[in-house]
Amino acid sequence: MTAPAQPAPSQPTAPASTPDVVVVDVRDPADTLPPPPGDPAPRGPRVVDLQVRILDENDRRAAVNRELFRARGLRALNFVSSPGAGKTTLLQRTLGTLAPELGCAVLVGDLETANDAQRLRRPGVPVAQITTGGTCHLDASMIQRGLAAIPLDGVRLLFIENVGNLVCPASFDLGENRRITLVSCTEGEDKPLKYPPMFSSAHAVVLTKIDVADAMGFDRALALANIRRAAPQAEVFEVSAKTGEGCDAWCAYLRALL
Amino acid sequence: MHEFGIAQAALQQVAAQAQQAGATRVHRIVLRIGALSGVDPEALRFALEVAIPESSAAGAEFEIETVPARARCQQCEREFEPKTGLFFECPHCQALGGTLTQGKEMHLVRLEIS
Repeated sequence: MTAPAQPAPSQPTAPASTPDVVVVDVRDPADTLPPPPGDPAPRGPRVVDLQVRILDENDRRAAVNRELFRARGLRALNFVSSPGAGKTTLLQRTLGTLAPELGCAVLVGDLETANDAQRLRRPGVPVAQITTGGTCHLDASMIQRGLAAIPLDGVRLLFIENVGNLVCPASFDLGENRRITLVSCTEGEDKPLKYPPMFSSAHAVVLTKIDVADAMGFDRALALANIRRAAPQAEVFEVSAKTGEGCDAWCAYLRALL
Repeated sequence: MHEFGIAQAALQQVAAQAQQAGATRVHRIVLRIGALSGVDPEALRFALEVAIPESSAAGAEFEIETVPARARCQQCEREFEPKTGLFFECPHCQALGGTLTQGKEMHLVRLEIS
């Protein structure tokens, strides 16, 4: 990055190779529908029968996102898991391998703080932190606002790290091409059976932290059997983002999406 | 508690539909929620009680109709009610992989307006 010819005096200068993280705060949605205007000639009470999907607005925006991804030739991946399952660490490892060879960008959602985005920033990888201010999931409109905040030219893989939550994100289509559900060896082997929607809707399931499985007394075979029962459609990966075990197969899966 | 998000999305739809119908007031809102939609009706009820007074439908009553899950066996083609949200095992022929015919609904189905 080169210094501008006329530097803006009030602009803090970021380190040349690691641009500041963009923070998109969506707690005050700018795009909610206005209340209905008053009708000058009110009519008597009447019943209107409807068949409207409650999440129709989200699904419509998700379709817009999906079309944008298609038009740009990029693949978007929605990473979901409980808090602490290792989404950010897996993404750090993944970016370390893939960012040098193909364009990557990251949108990361949390209730508060830009900590995860700070962890994920690296040269050449646009990162936006979406702070939801209490909302327990990302929705399609938040993705639209996050996408508007980062440069997308040259991006082939868009990693979306959802809010850590194994329930709510399942209901909200972001327009992603693949939904990746993580479950870690420090959680129970029966997690997939307790939270079926997050697994039954996954394209891939990643069992993380396998380096500590033995120390935790974690029954890997049982966990894998439960994953296959809850997500028979999903590809399954066993990785340790710490040691790198299993990451070759995982990164090969991502490359093959393009 | 994603039911708050669902409640807000529902009330956005209520506002849009009421506006389209030229309403000045919403008296009653009827939602239909499937047993496998991932929405807990009790939590949604609580969320709506909080959210409606703050919305353009302030003062409206609401009703949540629940829809039981139904699946059709791909083997023997009979309908059944799945025991869990996970495996649609046919109770008649024990085949796995039934297809869900209802139970995922999250719909706004009726408004009473003036």
